[in-house]
Amino acid sequence: MIPAKFDYIKASSVSEAIGLLDKHGDEAKLLSGGHSLIPAMKLRLSRPEVLIDISGISGMNSITEDGDEIVVGANCTHADIVNSDLINSDLNILASTAKHIGDIQVRNRGTIGGSLAHADPAADYPAVVLACDAKIEVEGKGGTRSIPATEFFLGIFTTALTEDEIITAIRFPKVANGNYQKFFQSASRFAVVGVAAVKEGDSVKVGVTGVSGTPYRATAVEEAYSGSSDAADHAVEGIDDLMSDHFADEEYRAHLAKVMVKKALEA
Amino acid sequence: MQISMTINGKEYSHDIEPRISLAQYLRENLNLTGTHIGCDTSGCGACTVTVDGAAAKACTLLAVQVDGAEITTIEGMASGSEMHPIQEAFKDNHGLQCGFCTPGMVMTAADILKNNPNPTEEEIRHGLEGNFCRCTGYHNIVKSIQHAAEKINA
Amino acid sequence: METFIGKPIKRREDNRFLKGAGKYTDDIKLMGMTHSAFVRSPYAHAKILSVDTSEAEKAEGVVAVYTGSDACGTFGVPCGWQVDFKNGETMREPLHPLLAKDKILHVGEAVAIVIAETLELARDAAELVDVKYEALPAVTCPKKAMEAGAPKVHDQWDDNAAFDWCIGNDRAEVEAALENAHHVTEMTYKNHRLAPNAIEPRSYISDYDVNADKWTLYTSTQNPHLIRLLLCAFVLGIPEHKVRVLSYDVGGGFGSKIYHYTEEALLTWVSKEIGRPVKWTSDRTEAFLTDAHGRDHIVHSKMGFDKDGKIVAHLTDEYCAMGAYLSTFAPAVPTYLHGTLFQGVYTTPLIHLNVIAPFTHTVAVDAYRGAGRPEATYLLERIISKAAKEMNIDPAEIRYKNFIPPFNGTSEPGYQTQVALQYDSGNYEGVLKRGLEMLGYEDFRKEQAEARKNGKLLGVGISTYIEGCGIAPSAVVGSLGARAGLYEVGHVRVQPTGKVSVFTGAHSHGQGHETVFAQFVADKLGIPMDDVDIVHGDTDQVAFGMGTYGSRSLAVGGSAIIKSIEKVLEKGAKIAAHKLEAAEEDLEYAEGKWTVKGTDKSISFGDVSLTAYVPHDYPEGVEPGLDFSSFYDPTNFTYPFGTHIAVVEVCPDTGKVDLQRFVACDDVGNVMNPMIVDGQIHGGVVQGVGQALLEEVIYDGEGQMVTGSYMDYAMPRADDVPNIETDRTTTPCPHNPLGVKGAGEAGAIGSTPAVVNAVVDALSHLGVTDIQMPVTPRRVWKAMQN
Repeated sequence: MIPAKFDYIKASSVSEAIGLLDKHGDEAKLLSGGHSLIPAMKLRLSRPEVLIDISGISGMNSITEDGDEIVVGANCTHADIVNSDLINSDLNILASTAKHIGDIQVRNRGTIGGSLAHADPAADYPAVVLACDAKIEVEGKGGTRSIPATEFFLGIFTTALTEDEIITAIRFPKVANGNYQKFFQSASRFAVVGVAAVKEGDSVKVGVTGVSGTPYRATAVEEAYSGSSDAADHAVEGIDDLMSDHFADEEYRAHLAKVMVKKALEA
Repeated sequence: MQISMTINGKEYSHDIEPRISLAQYLRENLNLTGTHIGCDTSGCGACTVTVDGAAAKACTLLAVQVDGAEITTIEGMASGSEMHPIQEAFKDNHGLQCGFCTPGMVMTAADILKNNPNPTEEEIRHGLEGNFCRCTGYHNIVKSIQHAAEKINA
Repeated sequence: METFIGKPIKRREDNRFLKGAGKYTDDIKLMGMTHSAFVRSPYAHAKILSVDTSEAEKAEGVVAVYTGSDACGTFGVPCGWQVDFKNGETMREPLHPLLAKDKILHVGEAVAIVIAETLELARDAAELVDVKYEALPAVTCPKKAMEAGAPKVHDQWDDNAAFDWCIGNDRAEVEAALENAHHVTEMTYKNHRLAPNAIEPRSYISDYDVNADKWTLYTSTQNPHLIRLLLCAFVLGIPEHKVRVLSYDVGGGFGSKIYHYTEEALLTWVSKEIGRPVKWTSDRTEAFLTDAHGRDHIVHSKMGFDKDGKIVAHLTDEYCAMGAYLSTFAPAVPTYLHGTLFQGVYTTPLIHLNVIAPFTHTVAVDAYRGAGRPEATYLLERIISKAAKEMNIDPAEIRYKNFIPPFNGTSEPGYQTQVALQYDSGNYEGVLKRGLEMLGYEDFRKEQAEARKNGKLLGVGISTYIEGCGIAPSAVVGSLGARAGLYEVGHVRVQPTGKVSVFTGAHSHGQGHETVFAQFVADKLGIPMDDVDIVHGDTDQVAFGMGTYGSRSLAVGGSAIIKSIEKVLEKGAKIAAHKLEAAEEDLEYAEGKWTVKGTDKSISFGDVSLTAYVPHDYPEGVEPGLDFSSFYDPTNFTYPFGTHIAVVEVCPDTGKVDLQRFVACDDVGNVMNPMIVDGQIHGGVVQGVGQALLEEVIYDGEGQMVTGSYMDYAMPRADDVPNIETDRTTTPCPHNPLGVKGAGEAGAIGSTPAVVNAVVDALSHLGVTDIQMPVTPRRVWKAMQN
């Protein structure tokens, strides 16, 4: 398998990358870890004419503390996240999610920014950024902006990013009590259902991935929650585009969503 | 594009098309055919090498992406005729049959043991989740890695 | 003196594999080699309206483009087995063209091949071939394929049947016995389709030498001579002595690399056309779409019992998919490799199996690890366990009640089944007893009862299998429709220095022949293993051979080598007698030398070898040299058997099955290398577990494959399975010199029903009696809801 021909440009700064995106429009794709994009290109399902490699941009692969927040550079690999002391102590939910992504080799190369921008409806991070109320920091021609996670995912492989925008970092609040529960798809090891829950006192925030074409906050669960996991019954309330495949049809997926939300609420 | 990298301790420099994967580059340009291509889309792990010390699937990396990196392939594991302890352990424990997934298994094992010198059986099995073997049922691969850990720690 | 048989000798082939120095076909590069890419149909069933190659031909680096309208389009690959209809009508055998010309019959069928200077350019140009199709309705289910009005796969016949077939007792007699049975257990299910998925994709290089008018074909095959024979005699009509087939290291086969594929023949044709070597290596998508699949039977079965739980009759009807074309062994799989095992290990007095084998708009189905026997075993072992539940008999107990009693096949005769075969030797209760011991069956039942009280769903599943392998007596398979003999060739060349080169027609693609064959050769000759070299996979070096499949390498290939060793020793004795000035009958051979009995006069194997090649002082009338080739045609199949037991825990919330333990007690006859036999069992078991829990090829209603990548086709990974607990009993095969039966497929044959039985057992108190494989979380959860 070999991708169709393309030009490869290694960007050395965010502004250079934005300039290139602006110049090449939808003929260009950003390359970070490449673990979703390159297979798609090899299958010739994706055929960008220009590949802008942003993995070498300095300042995009650090994990830093900023007051009550943790800022994770978009180019951080899943392994960087798993191994970060800061994340393990103050944002443990993110480390324990990253542990469940792909495999050792994939975690060594795949990045959080790449995963979020790709917006695979079965990816793991969306549940966590939703439950944490993280902000996706992006930069484009028009400057920088911070997109709340709840406004970031618009559909299958579709996000609020405009054509010239790059995710530079993800800004998380510190989370003391959060967990991620995943039911694995047995072939791809993506999530059939992935649920992140962040608890504060008697309230909870619940992010769900894998269930709908768009990862979502299970607001019905959050509203019904008052300490009991029975609220999990509301896991798919208001979701009208349940995904279905040979691993999980709509009925089973809806059931699994409730089971995994329950687990997350009880954890 | 002109790229150069250190592979198994030797410097290489080539002018290649950006669309050539690291796996293809190793196999076609350098005749390092121990890195195998089983699925070409990061599913099977047969192409696993280490890039700057960390295991990676060479089929899903463009060679241009790792320009300047230090790569170790299966051919770089033994020193002369002396096999690496992981290789020895695979031989001693019948951790391979057809041999096709084996280079990827050995390279992944190297990453597992680097980060966790005393892995449990469960940790080894979890660590191998990116590598298919269709011959061994994994039983003896797991045993090989356990024995390799003992050897390395001894 | 050191001996080797029965010892866990480490494999010599591992040195190259572990260093990345194996020589798989795709590793080979030839001077001037071109690369190829196929244009394949996105439709399952379509008319080809036009193929325009003009843009592709003009593309950078393109050497040639061929389509079904070129001369290669007239050639087709043959089927190696003929199973005629019950009414005498000849099996329907369509041409399987190297490139489709008018009609597409499955997704992935090749329409054109593009040859270019590099693989990249071949792939680029292949995209420029413009094919216009008219899509037609498709049928992929073998049962639906036989319904009135089903889309036809081959227009020239009235319906989609390739053949039908039956075996066993008279159907009416079996039906009558079922009518009168105390209890009848019934099952309807699908033994679903699997993709073999050797991790090395198929790969071929053909190199035509115009000056010598000779071809060299490098191919990832399990049987190089068979490929050469089919290619030369049945496809291209080229002289066999002008083709050398080389199959060096092969990265797993599991059956899928037995068959002669269209790409192999096409590349051979192309290399002469372009006068240059040409390579093709399948990618994983192509592997899913074009490697022959396994299984795909729709089964309806009834088994009758008397009031004590003894089987009185068994009747089964099956629809078994052939796919769009008949692959090399395809007709044999659901018939002679399947129905002949319907006796199982039980004394069932009346058996009838009826098979309808339809064409479908899918890739061909053929032998996949176990080939017909896993399907038979799944049926027998599921239905007997289901019956046990229904009759409230313990699943071990019902098996004990029905076992064929032990027989050794020498002082006691073999067991004549109702389905044509005569078992060689067996002790079926022995392996069950040992398996139950290994598990701690009684303790497990107590643990299970406790667990249930706490809402935990634990289950145990037993499978007591038999299989027929070591194929096969040529006359027998000939009478059953095989178009080739199934002997094996073993050639022992003693070099002048007493070193030994052994040439075998068997082929190793993971089995370790280079080590195991050297073990018994060294022992039989009383020489060090290092003095023995094993050569395989080269039609120019090895006289002939039928290759490796059906767990036949040792039982048939090993026996052929033994025959040659006997000839070497017989001739060596003549030379030794001359040198020792003794009578041949006064000599004995041991530890690498001939000794005059009762004296210390002896001559070594090496000295005799040297004398054979430097015959200055030599017996009269004896030819120089010490070099023998033998063909061994077995007198019977071999019949390994065993007990597999699975323990599972089912998650009550999600239906996910956790395989907690797997116990295998197998009897594969005498064991040459226990380390390798264990490895074969481990691997086979996990493949069988894969079928039970994870793997399934799914075609949708339009004939598109839904599961054509590792994102959608689930195979066992290391953390899906536990360690496999193995043990053995030993009941030697009475009819081959090594007493071996074969171990390659046993694991895959016995394991699948053990796992499904365990899952059903875990849920039996909820009223679950059966679950369709693979028992995915979704299916288990749904079964629990009903």
